[in-house]
Amino acid sequence: MNKLSTRKLTVRYGEKIAVKPTDLDMPAKRVTALIGPSGCGKSTFLRCLNRMNDLVEGARVEGKVLLDEKDIYDSRQDPVVVRRRVGMVFQRSNPFPKTIRENVAYGLRIGGMKARSELDARVEWALKASALWEEVKDRLDESALSLSGGQQQRVCIARALAVEPEVLLMDEPASALDPIATAKIEELIHELREQYTVVIVTHNMQQAARVSDFTAFFYMGDLVEYGATTKIFTNPSETRTEDYITGKFG
Amino acid sequence: MTPTHTDKQYESELANLREKLLLMGAKVEGMIVDAMRSLVERDDAVAKMVIERDAEIDRMEVEIDEMALQLLALRQPAASDLRFITNAMKIVTDLERIGDLSTNIAERSVELSKEPQLRPYVELQREAAAVRTMLRDALDAFVSRDAARAEAVRERDREVDILHRQIFQELQGLMKESPANVERGMRLAFISKYLERIADHATNLSEAVVFLVQGRDIRHTPKTPSSTGK
Repeated sequence: MNKLSTRKLTVRYGEKIAVKPTDLDMPAKRVTALIGPSGCGKSTFLRCLNRMNDLVEGARVEGKVLLDEKDIYDSRQDPVVVRRRVGMVFQRSNPFPKTIRENVAYGLRIGGMKARSELDARVEWALKASALWEEVKDRLDESALSLSGGQQQRVCIARALAVEPEVLLMDEPASALDPIATAKIEELIHELREQYTVVIVTHNMQQAARVSDFTAFFYMGDLVEYGATTKIFTNPSETRTEDYITGKFG
Repeated sequence: MTPTHTDKQYESELANLREKLLLMGAKVEGMIVDAMRSLVERDDAVAKMVIERDAEIDRMEVEIDEMALQLLALRQPAASDLRFITNAMKIVTDLERIGDLSTNIAERSVELSKEPQLRPYVELQREAAAVRTMLRDALDAFVSRDAARAEAVRERDREVDILHRQIFQELQGLMKESPANVERGMRLAFISKYLERIADHATNLSEAVVFLVQGRDIRHTPKTPSSTGK
């Protein structure tokens, strides 16, 4: 079952083509990793999956992104609803200068949830789901900015999870973290895949190998190869994939 | 040519591992040749040299394993690099065993040279030549990353098995004729068996080459030429 699929998805920045027409299927409740050198189009591709590119000046998106077989670029689709169903976590953890509780509850309040008890329950659930609850349960009203980098990133994951998305997009979620914080995030990704469809962009190929079920290799806007992660990392079909993951580039 | 690794140090570490394996392969091939020469020429000095060389093979085995382990730990290799390094750790075991078996041939040849020759060693030499060619072809296939050539090696294992069975039956006949033939007959049967075992190790090696080049595991599959080979 594919949760997300792209059909001839193409992105241009002005004249420059960033993502060539791409068909990619991302199975439900699996982790799909997008890898490739800088500028290969993987982050641009990722941002199309919840219409974040709508907000990028000069970006032009063509083709389809099917979420449960419905095109999210269809004019009848509300981008806000799409982004609630398809959450995103960024490279730099970006908690708001608010308390931990308010950070996690933010999306819920915007969504109209008011009752304190309901909000608290959901905050606790989201913090547990992001494996942070034990570390912060006694300091929910402290500023999120007082947390360590790894904890801030998990607050952001909790904030994304709180609104109960179906898909979680992650753009280099651990690249600014130390190895222990990275391991926690990776373990979390592993747990999230029980319930969510995860698509992750990472520069760290070992991370892609560790956390993902499927890997897509992009190069210069092309989807070069897509397959089971074990296959891609032991015996890729394409020479360009082989060269990239064995470090024979440039 | 395939492009080289961006990290030149890594590239040279992989090259070192490969060269060391090939050197070890060449050395054990030489041991087979000399062990058989010691038998045919009844030359104990040559046999002793073979036996002494085994220590060097053992040392190389340990060194190659260390190199491979370090590469795995420090470089996190992927794809063909990963297949190469994990295979190196297997190939080295086969090569070391070939060294041991060559040493065993030399030991039996020292024992045999103390008594008159039971019979001409024509078939044994044929078996040895076939085995040596298998090993050399497997090593050449490894160097040239030639999967088809490696698979051809595997096919020839059958020839060696047949030769071994013939030799064994003939020796059995001689041993039944006279108890005086038994000791020498047994030793010669052992030598034939050692050669047959070396052929098995050469087969393992050739299977490793196919996996290395194509990522296709042909171990424990029927030995018929594959039509899917690329």
